[in-house]
Parts: sequence; structure tokens; C-alpha cells
Amino acid sequence: MTHGQNSSRRTAGWAGIHRGHRARVGERLAEIGIFTVSFSAIALIFLIFLFVGREAWPILIQSDSVNSAAVQNVIPSGDLPKLSREQIRAYLGIDAAQLARMDSETIRDLMLVREEAFASLPQSLQMDPDARRNTVRWPLMIPPHQWAGYSRPEFIWQPIGEIHKYNIVPLLVGSLKTTLIGLAFAVPFALGAAIYVSQIARPRLREWLKPGVELLSGIPSVVMGSFALIVMATVMQQLFGYETRLNAFVAGIALGLAVIPLVFSIAEDALTSVPRSFTQAALALGASEWQAAWQIVLPAALPGVFAGVVLGFGRAVGETMIVLLVCSASVMSWSIFDSARSITTTIAAEMAEAVTGSHHYRVLFLLGTILFAVTFVTNLLGDIFIHRLKGRLEGKR
Amino acid sequence: MRPLSFFCMNFTSSRGAFAWIAAAFIAGTHSLAVAGTITVKGSDTLVILAQKWAETYMGKHASTKIQVTGGGTGTGFAALQNQSTDLCNASRKIKPAEIETCIKAFGKRPREYAVALDGLSIYVHSESPLTQVSLEELQGIFSGKIRNWKEVGGPNAPITVYSRENSSGTYEFFKEHVLRGKDFAASAQTMPGTAALLQAVARDKGAIGYGGAAYGQGAKTLKVSREKGSEAFEANEETVVKGTYPIWRPLYVYVNPELDKGDVSAYLGWIRSDDGQAVVKEVGYYPLPPHLRKK
Repeated sequence: MTHGQNSSRRTAGWAGIHRGHRARVGERLAEIGIFTVSFSAIALIFLIFLFVGREAWPILIQSDSVNSAAVQNVIPSGDLPKLSREQIRAYLGIDAAQLARMDSETIRDLMLVREEAFASLPQSLQMDPDARRNTVRWPLMIPPHQWAGYSRPEFIWQPIGEIHKYNIVPLLVGSLKTTLIGLAFAVPFALGAAIYVSQIARPRLREWLKPGVELLSGIPSVVMGSFALIVMATVMQQLFGYETRLNAFVAGIALGLAVIPLVFSIAEDALTSVPRSFTQAALALGASEWQAAWQIVLPAALPGVFAGVVLGFGRAVGETMIVLLVCSASVMSWSIFDSARSITTTIAAEMAEAVTGSHHYRVLFLLGTILFAVTFVTNLLGDIFIHRLKGRLEGKR
Repeated sequence: MRPLSFFCMNFTSSRGAFAWIAAAFIAGTHSLAVAGTITVKGSDTLVILAQKWAETYMGKHASTKIQVTGGGTGTGFAALQNQSTDLCNASRKIKPAEIETCIKAFGKRPREYAVALDGLSIYVHSESPLTQVSLEELQGIFSGKIRNWKEVGGPNAPITVYSRENSSGTYEFFKEHVLRGKDFAASAQTMPGTAALLQAVARDKGAIGYGGAAYGQGAKTLKVSREKGSEAFEANEETVVKGTYPIWRPLYVYVNPELDKGDVSAYLGWIRSDDGQAVVKEVGYYPLPPHLRKK
């Protein structure tokens, strides 16, 4: 939408009919249409963020309303006559209307369920101090904790079980590990290919290579994941001889393959849009083609190339299927040949059975919020960096 | 997850109005569909068996229509609770929190019927020299205490543990009955399905994994003994039904007691009769022993 000097005139007669241009009506409608579409896209993203954030909110503010302790206070059903209606409501978590519909038999039965649940817990658990702790508190979600049965403090993600262990650090490390391996593999290849295709390859070859690489992005990630699970993992274990067959390294390489076309495509566009005269001047001064490409064109195209890398990071950190299929053990390790479990894998694998509104459900949304924040902040920082770089390259600073 | 639904109710009350409208709508459509139609929803483990039952039963009783869908045990209980299904298939026992939501919704505990038995198999790579393993060794291996095959009589090689995603009923069963509540080793690879788990085990020399009995191809199945040194059994109809094979579980159907009459009651009775149990064998699970059928 460009608003030139005639914008005031346009708003006066927005349909443009008084000027006799019938075509303007269609143009204006198209403009409104495009604006609506782009605005609703932005609004939608904002709404999604609100939705995700709202579900995670009670954990973010550490509200008491979410309590994941395995053992909770039990009031014996025999005490029912002594309880006020308020106490019953608070204990059973029901509202006044629900309580009004229930007869005392039903209420007693509800209290009995609680009692039976407590009695069926193993003795060791009833004595375990951790069983009474709310495990969705930050001190149990971030630093390592020594749970019963462990010989030292550890980062444990085991949401299903008697005690719900929600340490999110292994997942953050897992996401970071696979993403960084993926980028470390993809960026050199994608950049090399982009420089070659845009600067050095002959035009006929370029016409084959560019669509060829971009075709890679058409491979569905579930296909890529299955390929990595069945073929790549075996081949790479034979090549490198590491112990764990399915590990962060295999997942990272498969992620890299998915990211290459994206980084390549954007970097290639950026490199191609550098004026031809730059190369010609360098060549005239006696530089080789590689020198011209590496020392003149690449620095000039750096903002665009960097944008490609940032987008590649976003794609890799948000990719689900490849990592889900290839590796998903929530082990706390920085070694690239150990397994890893990413945030996206966790959400995808666990959301289906998490009871709506439960602590597990809210922790998964907390992970979603973290993921959202990470990609948002990276994109923002990337954008700021690109603008500075552009300013410097154009000699404004 | 036990004590929780209690707290959830507080949050959802803000959306109460919407939920009531939705519930009313579902209840409305449901009561229309009731005449002669039984809806079944729940466990994915049970879905093939439930479909086969429905087909066979409808072949004999043309007036009854049975609709079967999967979605997972948890999904089935949610549907049972908001009364959008008549029967809920479950590959595990109902949890206290789920009983609570049912009582809150329709005032009664859901009625439980065991309908078939399932034995869980232990898988290793086909070239493994091992033939059997004890429950105690399994607990050690899957909790990460035993990390080398030589500790259980195998070659000197590290063990790679394959497990299922924690949304699976099989995972919960294994954690409760084999690990006895202990955590899985953090390094255990969690696979999205039994088929994927077998893929991985078949390609990894140091692998061990677990899964439903009907899947066992491409990997070797180990015999399991209750204690180290006692006799080990392989999972088959005889050992699972007798209970000598140690890792078995009943599969359940849950029903709102108020709906357990007429067609629904007849169908449930048929499932647990000899005819219904013959279908169980056909699909690859194990029939109920007489003492479980009576209830």
C-alpha cells in the first residue's frame, strides 16, 4: 500500500468514481482485500501467542492453583458431616451449582475415591518427602534435584509416574544441540552452493542446480525423518563408530538437510542481487572469480545471507517430525553422540494424552511459550543485526 | 496425574458456559443416536479387536449398529465422562482422577469389564545370544542400573534401551509393573510406536525394547522368568492365560452403569462369552480365563 501525494484525494472519493476510472473500484477492493489478509495473519499470530501464553500463565506466575504433588491432603469421608459446604467445594474442586445437584451419597463417593487413591499408593511413596512437593515450581524445574532412588542430583524429565518430574533443562539442551548441529552442517554447504550457483556456475548449469537444491525443500519432514531413522543412522554409525545408534548427531544432520534449501535459496537471492558491476570491477582489477565472490560479493550480500541463517535457525528449532523420529531420549548431555529430546518432540508426543488443564498440559504450554520466545528473540536480534550491517555497508555509520 | 482433575475444574469454570453448551449439544446428538446404536471409543491397542467384535456381532444381530473409533485410552475416558460414547476401551485401569470426573459428570463410578488379555514381549536384536531374562534384570536394564549385556549373561557390549512415548498406555503399564514405579533410564530412546520400536531394535545389535505380542517380527523375543534362576516362559495363549508368563495385562471396557442395559448389556455379555473370546484369539490377543469372566 503506497500512499503517495494523492492519498488525500483518494480518501475523499475512495472509490475513485468521480475521476471516471471505473477500474479503480476493483483496485481499491483488491487493496482492502490484501490489507485484510495480511492484517488477519498478524492478528492470528498474536492471538496464538495469547492462547499459548494463557495456558502456561498459572505456571509462569507460579500460581498455587496448579499443584502436581503426588500425595495431597486427604479428608476421610467419615468427616463429611463436619465439613461446611465451602470446605467441601474447595476440597473436591466443584462449583456451587455442581454441589447443589449432588446428593450426600455422591459426595461421600467422591471423597472415598480420594481415600482409596491415597491408600493404593506404595508405602515408600507415602513416606517420600518429594511426593508432597509441588513439582511445577522453578526450583524443581530448572536446577538438578536428587529424587528418591538417585545417587546424585540430576535433571529428570519424567512427567508420567507417581511423582511427576518436570525438569525442562534436558529439553532445552536437546533443542539447542540438534539445532546447532543442523546449522553447523547446513550453513557451510548452503553458502558454498549459493556462492557457486550465483557467481561461478555457467548459466545453463545454474538453471539446473538452483531448482535442484530447492527441490530438497519439497521432501516432507516425515519422509526425511524415516529415512534418517532407517538408513542414515546405520550408515553413520558404521562411518563414525559411535555407541548410540540414534543420537543428536544423526538428527542434526537430517535437520541440516531440511534447512539447506531454505538457507541456500535466500542466500542465493541475496548474492544474485549484488550489482554485477562489483564483480566486473574486481575482475578488471585482476581478482580471480573466487576472490571476487568471496571478498567482494559475499560481504556486500551479508545482510541477506545472515537473514537466511536466522530463518534457518527458526526452521531447525521448530522442526518436529525429524527429531521425533530419530531421537527422543531426555538425557542431559552435551555430547553430540548422545541422544537428545527437543522441545517440539516433547510437545508433539505428549500433548495428545495430557488432560486439558492438568499440570502436564500447562508445562507443555510453558515449553511452547519458551519456543515461541526463543524464535521471536532470535528473529528480532537477527533483524537488528541485519539493519546495522546494512547501514554500515551503505556507509551510513 | 492422579490428584489433579480436582484443580483443573477451577480453571475451566471460566469457560463453563461454553462447556455446558457443548455438553448439551453432544448429549443431544447422543440421545438421538441411541436407538439401536452403540458407540465405542478409546484405546488404540484395542481398536482392531473392537472392530472385529463389532463386525461379528452385527453379522448376527442386524438390528444393532456399533461404531468403533480409537484415539487413545485417555480420549476414551474423556468421551465416557461427557457421555459422547457408550463404551470406553482402555488398555489400562481407570485412574482415580478419571473416576472423579465421571462421578462429577453422571454421579456414578463407571463399571469395569475385563475383555481380553495381552502379553508384553521383550525384544532384542536377532543376533543376540541371550534367550531369557528375569523381571529383576529387566528392571535393572530399563531403569539404567544395568548398562552392559555381560551383567545379564550376554557379550561385553553396551545395552541400548528402547522405550515408548510416555503418552502410551504400554509405557505406563511397563513403568508400573516391571519398573515398579522407578523412572526409566534417561538415555532410553522413546519411540512413537511399537512398529518404529521394532525397526530400531532390528537394526541395533545392543538393543532391547518392549511391545505388544502381535508385533514380534524382525527381532528376537526373549523368554521371561519371574526370578533369576526360575523357569522362563515365552508369551503364548497357555502361559498368559495361566499367568505363568509374568508380563501380561487385562484390557478393559468401561461403561456408565446407567447405560449398561438392553443392547449395550447384551453386547458386553457377548464379548465375554465363548463366541466373543474366539474373536480375541483370531486378532492375536489372549482370551479371558474363566475366573476373570464371571464378574
